[in-house]
Amino acid sequence: MSSLDTKLRIVLPAILLIFFGHLTSGLVLAQQEPLVFENPEQERRFADLTEELRCLVCQNQNLADSDAPLAHDLRQEIHEMLMAGHSDDEIKGFLVDRYGDFVLYRPPVKGNTLLLWLMPGVLLVIGALTLFTAVRRRAQVPESDTAPPPSGSRPGRDS
Amino acid sequence: MIGRLLPLGVFLLLAVLLAVGLTIADRKTEIPSPLIGKPMPQFSLPVLGQPAIQLGHEDLLGEPFLLNVWASWCVTCRVEHPVIEALAKSERIPIVGLNYRDAESDALAWLEHFGNPYAVNLADESGRTAIDFGVYAAPETFLIDAEGRIVFKHIGALTPEIIESEILARLEAGNTP
Repeated sequence: MSSLDTKLRIVLPAILLIFFGHLTSGLVLAQQEPLVFENPEQERRFADLTEELRCLVCQNQNLADSDAPLAHDLRQEIHEMLMAGHSDDEIKGFLVDRYGDFVLYRPPVKGNTLLLWLMPGVLLVIGALTLFTAVRRRAQVPESDTAPPPSGSRPGRDS
Repeated sequence: MIGRLLPLGVFLLLAVLLAVGLTIADRKTEIPSPLIGKPMPQFSLPVLGQPAIQLGHEDLLGEPFLLNVWASWCVTCRVEHPVIEALAKSERIPIVGLNYRDAESDALAWLEHFGNPYAVNLADESGRTAIDFGVYAAPETFLIDAEGRIVFKHIGALTPEIIESEILARLEAGNTP
């Protein structure tokens, strides 16, 4: 009981720190860029767009999270296009025309992204087949067969 | 028996994947530009140090040139600078500078200090034109042909090898009819 207690005592503050650290970093960002929207709908669309567009500079961050100067410029650009009445697809198209499909965290299904899209399904099928055959084999093979018995059950085994 | 070889097979597969990943790691951050083969984007920018003069994309047509994106805050641009300087001295292709997200005074001081290999420098203080060119990390260099089409793009510092094999080779192959 005490070990769980100490674990919690260490882990919980760490989680809180990460959580609130994240919140405050968002606040700092918001202060740097006072983007004004006309209605909550636009604000939601802006949040969604920057959430699923990749920052080209730090390539594992999206535009919403990145503090790179280019991400700043691109957020500004997206904001302006949004206010000018462009659709989400037009805004994404604007970025894809310049930076390629790489800016999209959800790339379109085409020839060169087919592997990316199909692989999870293929791996799932392989995994399921492996599991299925393994379980079936274990069920068929009697304990006295060539398969090694679980450790500990063999009599007279040196440890 | 096949079952026992399976972990080995999985291990070998992983090893191959990791080896491939490591060998392409250097090039992984380079994003292929969708602008290759397309006309360069339209722009109108002031000349660095002479803000009264505006240059547009149509002013640069007529002969092939290199567009080199640089900034005084860009460390790699400093590394690249002697290479650009040498290419300019060889007079094999004019080099146009795109001064990216820079303060005019800083940019001019940088050129003063390191030397100015550029035929002309365009000041893109807001970074808008750079976005149209799909720039995401200075230095970047575009080879643009006489009709204004983007033929080739290099991300990162130019080297004499890249200039020879990618730029001058293309120039001789494609632009001397």
